[in-house]
Amino acid sequence: MKYFTRLRVRRVYKWRGDPLAFNRKLKTYDYGSLAISVEGLPRTTVIVVGQHILIEGEDEDDPYVAKVTRLFGDDSGKQKKAVVQWFARVSEVPASKLKLLGREPHPQEIFYYQGRVCEDEVNAESILRPVKVKHLDGAAPFPDSDDKDTLFVKMSWDSKIFRVVPSAVVDPASEPAPAFSPPPRSKPSLPPSPPCSPPAATPTSRRVSRRTLSTPEPAEVRCSWGSMSTGKVRSLEAESHHSATKLSASKCLSATRRKASARTPGVRKKLQLCSPEKTSPEDAMDQLLDQELESEMMLVQRLSSSPPQALHLTPHRKGHTAPASPLSHRLTPLRKAQGGRDAEDAIPIKPSSVVLQQLSETDSPPPASRGDSTRATTPSRRKEAKAARESALAVLVEVDNENSPMLPAATTPRSSKRKSALLVSSRIRKQLHLLNNDQVLNSDGEDEDEDVFVPSKALQSSSEEDEEEEEEELDSDQEVGAKKSRVGSRTPRSKGKRGTSARTPRKTPNKKITPSTPQTPRYATPIIPSRSLPARCPANVLEEARARLHVSSVPESLPCREQEFQDIYSFVESKIVDGTGGCMYISGVPGTGKTATVHEVMRCLQHAAEVDEIPPFHFIEINGMKMTDPHQAYVQILQKLTSQKATADHAAALLEKRFSNPAPRKESTVLLVDELDLLWTRKQNVMYNLFDWPTRRHARLVVLTIANTMDLPERIMINRVASRLGLTRMSFQPYSFKQLQQIITSRLNKVKAFEEDALQLVSRKVAALSGDARRCLDICRRATEICEHSAPPTPSASGLVGMSHVMEALNEMFSSAYITAIKCASVQEQLFLRAVIAEFRRLGLEEATFQQVFVQHQALCRVEGLQPISVSEGLAVCQRLGACRLLLLEPSRLGVLQRVRLNVSQDDVLYALKAD
Amino acid sequence: MLQPIRVRDEPNQEVVIAGQVVFPRMRKNRSIMSKRKAKYAHLPIGESITQVQSMLRERLCNQRLPDKPEGTEAQHKHLLELLRRTAIHGESNSVLIVGPRGAGKTMLLKCVLRDLLEDKEAQKSLLQVHLNGLLQTDDRIALKEITRQLHLENVVGDKVFGSFAENLAFLLEALKKGDRSSSRPVLFILDEFDLFAHHKNQTLLYNLLDVSQSAQAPIAVVGITCRLDVLELLEKRVKSRFSHRQIHLLSSLTFTQYLQRVQSQLSLPQDFPDVKFAQDWNDSIKTLCEDKSAEEALRRHFNSSKDFRSLHILLMLCLSRVTVAKPVIKPADLLEASRLCFVDAKANMLHGLSILELCLIIAMKHLNDVYEGEPFNLQMVHNEFKKFLQRKSNSMYNFEQPVIMKAFEHLQQLELIRPVDGSAAKTQKEYQLMRLMLDHSQIMEALQKYPLCPTDVKQWAMSAFG
Repeated sequence: MKYFTRLRVRRVYKWRGDPLAFNRKLKTYDYGSLAISVEGLPRTTVIVVGQHILIEGEDEDDPYVAKVTRLFGDDSGKQKKAVVQWFARVSEVPASKLKLLGREPHPQEIFYYQGRVCEDEVNAESILRPVKVKHLDGAAPFPDSDDKDTLFVKMSWDSKIFRVVPSAVVDPASEPAPAFSPPPRSKPSLPPSPPCSPPAATPTSRRVSRRTLSTPEPAEVRCSWGSMSTGKVRSLEAESHHSATKLSASKCLSATRRKASARTPGVRKKLQLCSPEKTSPEDAMDQLLDQELESEMMLVQRLSSSPPQALHLTPHRKGHTAPASPLSHRLTPLRKAQGGRDAEDAIPIKPSSVVLQQLSETDSPPPASRGDSTRATTPSRRKEAKAARESALAVLVEVDNENSPMLPAATTPRSSKRKSALLVSSRIRKQLHLLNNDQVLNSDGEDEDEDVFVPSKALQSSSEEDEEEEEEELDSDQEVGAKKSRVGSRTPRSKGKRGTSARTPRKTPNKKITPSTPQTPRYATPIIPSRSLPARCPANVLEEARARLHVSSVPESLPCREQEFQDIYSFVESKIVDGTGGCMYISGVPGTGKTATVHEVMRCLQHAAEVDEIPPFHFIEINGMKMTDPHQAYVQILQKLTSQKATADHAAALLEKRFSNPAPRKESTVLLVDELDLLWTRKQNVMYNLFDWPTRRHARLVVLTIANTMDLPERIMINRVASRLGLTRMSFQPYSFKQLQQIITSRLNKVKAFEEDALQLVSRKVAALSGDARRCLDICRRATEICEHSAPPTPSASGLVGMSHVMEALNEMFSSAYITAIKCASVQEQLFLRAVIAEFRRLGLEEATFQQVFVQHQALCRVEGLQPISVSEGLAVCQRLGACRLLLLEPSRLGVLQRVRLNVSQDDVLYALKAD
Repeated sequence: MLQPIRVRDEPNQEVVIAGQVVFPRMRKNRSIMSKRKAKYAHLPIGESITQVQSMLRERLCNQRLPDKPEGTEAQHKHLLELLRRTAIHGESNSVLIVGPRGAGKTMLLKCVLRDLLEDKEAQKSLLQVHLNGLLQTDDRIALKEITRQLHLENVVGDKVFGSFAENLAFLLEALKKGDRSSSRPVLFILDEFDLFAHHKNQTLLYNLLDVSQSAQAPIAVVGITCRLDVLELLEKRVKSRFSHRQIHLLSSLTFTQYLQRVQSQLSLPQDFPDVKFAQDWNDSIKTLCEDKSAEEALRRHFNSSKDFRSLHILLMLCLSRVTVAKPVIKPADLLEASRLCFVDAKANMLHGLSILELCLIIAMKHLNDVYEGEPFNLQMVHNEFKKFLQRKSNSMYNFEQPVIMKAFEHLQQLELIRPVDGSAAKTQKEYQLMRLMLDHSQIMEALQKYPLCPTDVKQWAMSAFG
């Protein structure tokens, strides 16, 4: 997909034509197609409902694949959104799960995604371009000569297992073909299960040919399986569907009300017998026809009528294109025959059709998409879809009357079968057509073709009735779903931000093209050269102990932090399982195992994810100290999430988009922010964002923050940041001496290198000072060295690290060197220190100028019988003491006027000087 | 092999020849070795002197490491072991070498490295990065330098590409990818370690020490500093990551050891080409160190500082007084060198002043005495000077105000006086408050040595009150 780089130029998105429908409650307009033009290029790409598209994702080279089911925007025209059915790329399927496929995935293979609900509403401005998608039979080989842009669907993927996608279901969905692509030649035939299998064998090619007319693709995929299993409900009980919808989301009320506007409850009640849920004219008409045909078994018919619809589906679609290709002609008879069967042997067909129905219910892009396609292909209907619905009743009446055969449709042989239905549909179409004119004009040359084919549509329309009914139903469902998703998704995002976030990615690459600073060479791999000889392994007990005691060695377990471990584990686990987000603040003095515990938790969780106990998740880690600037946090997070490089601002925008926009198959992200206090900025926007993202609905982000001070949120964070961080706090207490002892023992793990007393001494000493485990381990390590280098062990010592060694190590590390330094100073330096103290005593202050001290110094020299030194020499002495920080001095340019202070207590100085 | 002419040149030659006769080994050497060697024994005196000077200069200017550590054996062993473990076992470590200036910290490290790299295994694997706090004044520069010295892959030629953030990420990534057993150990030497602690957030130190405490590429961080309180400079999280190993180089040197050191520093080695001359020279050094006055001068030095660097300066001054005419260091040379070392810089400057300027200085001294160090201004100094002229002077003229002003400004430029901090620039020059940057002793010393100083000026300076 290299040419994305070319397309990085700014794209302009425009609706084509006028809105098809208006949702008053949500103030959204539905559109039929979207025109994408690249700035500076004359060509315009048109995205129509039902088409497969690529959607900008985190990975620029591997955009998401989806199919448009609906396009809509708000009245201001600023927000353009699309409802899509997702497909998963091979790369999006976790590698561990790919094994389930049982074969090598084709690089261009995609999977029909049925997994856990993922947000299917996307920003239309993230649409990149249309893409060709082909359905292949499960056993069929992947064609190899195809160009790289064609993708293949064989299986569906629901995040647990792969299933073969029934061709009948996916086929309509797998329709590829952007306007410019040549229709693929004959594909390996796909034998679908039900009676209509022969017709199903050819659908793709036909569809493609239809596609060349740019008739939009089937859509509405999601509603059928996403919001609810509508098919069944519909066919059984309208009322139950209705209530189910209500139940499923209270927010959809408005949508149902909208539906109600199309069919007043009363009317619906009346019609219920025949059309349980749909007031759409076609639906009702179908029912009526059925009634006509089989007046006795009305209810049975009702049940069975929907399966046939599903059956029709594929043939039917062929029917659409029938006039366009010879194949379709071949099919028409079949279709007819089926229609006949439909009417006559509804009951015998039932079993098989039910099977299909179920399929369509579960996977069911086809019915929905088909419905949509009909809508889309008949431009006339588009615009007035709503109007048509509202006038459903009237139409129904008209249908009953069966008057006015107005379209050439009437001339087709089929019309004989179901004349009335045909007439009605054509009539409706015509009505809609009138209103839809501008849209037709708007679209490119393709529209002409469309117009040409309207008759053909009319031809099919007899068989379409059932489907149209379905379509209507799905339509309403979709509205509900859309409504739901919209309501959910709208709140967290601000409108303005969305636009920018969608646009930024295209801007920054441009920036990158003109690099002002030299970049790191592209393929530089950060690596330290490896050594020729392997590092030696520890040879004796002491070396072994030392290796184990090194802070870096990863212990088998983390003793003494069980409670904290448990708390963090359950916190993170619950968030991952629920797919929600949250923040936690962990504080504690250095060396109390904060980071180690979190890492341990992550190791365990990752293991759990591997064995499928919890959903998989990302773990990323940033450290405030390991970045040069707080804003680099964005860059690092982005890079670790998607291995993308970006500037800080761009990265922030991308992350904002990622965490606020829904994306398919989004895994939870666990973010560890170490040394949080370093991320402080004056506006605190970095911290604000870090804590705000987890609260977004689609973020699925768990943020664990670590810092040293317990009251950091209160001390440095402004209210809005602290509030977002929340009150999930945890504090790591410094280790007690028993814990430290346990830590050392567990690390040594039965390597006998220390005397018990020695260990206790170390632990007590460290616990008293800081409770820092690192310190403790370092002292032990030093003690082993001292032990090793001390003269051959006395018989009693037996080579173990004893008290004396530990004492020596402790002294080395904890004793201050000041006293030794004073003892080792030269005579004049010692005299000068004495002079300083003498002068301090004389002045009664802890500060004196060099000149004053020097007078004392000269006097002391005489007392000591030494030759008095010159001022220069005295200054040199003073500077030397200052360099060691035994004295604190003003800058030396002040010469004799510089002020002198002691950096050690007078007592220490006197003690050191007396000891001589 | 008779060289009667040379014998005349060098009075001590006979002794040397006698020595040859006494020591058969030398003689044997001589006879075995070719004519050339034989010739060396009779180098012209000038050539010998040149050789001595170049050899000793090399030694005194720290260009040559001593063969073995002197007085720092324990520290040497500790550090060597530590670095060897990093180089061979891949154990990460961090250590600070702390000691006053001139205590031999860098020398210790260099010796250790020299000894360490004798080991082939260590030599092959160890990478070194040398940083200096005075050169790498911030983390950005330090990172570039590290990357450059490690020859990481983002180095092209001698240039390091990428921004600060990129470099940091790159380095950390590189270190993170390494592991104990397979990566080459890296030795980071941070000279003037305390200055790195002043970098923003101590990012570099945190990261280096963090790597040294985690299972990444093995590194050893060796900090060199003269500040005893260096650990207090570290942030607590940085401090926690530091292993707290400190090697203190605090020499508890006695004067005897000091004298020995002087002798060994000046002695010529056995393999000096002209053996006779070497013997002669070494003898003379021995006598020098035993000389009372020389010892006194050296003791004064020792009292002032045990630092070898200042000793080396003293010895260099002595060495430079060695000539063909005087091919030995005499105690007088040492005394003269010592005098040069201890001479007061400010007093020297006073010698170059005019009488008028000197008078102004004296007036200031009196003002200081009267007002107990309170600042003064030009007008006060001028008045004091005028008083002196009225009362006593017969050799001095009454100078015009502008001349006085000029002299005053000159003193200010020499930084013998400096304006009081915060005295407003607005005030007129005459009234700007000043302080004297000299001590009384310096003024008196300068007056003693000032050539042709008028007596009345001297007396005025001596007198208790102006």
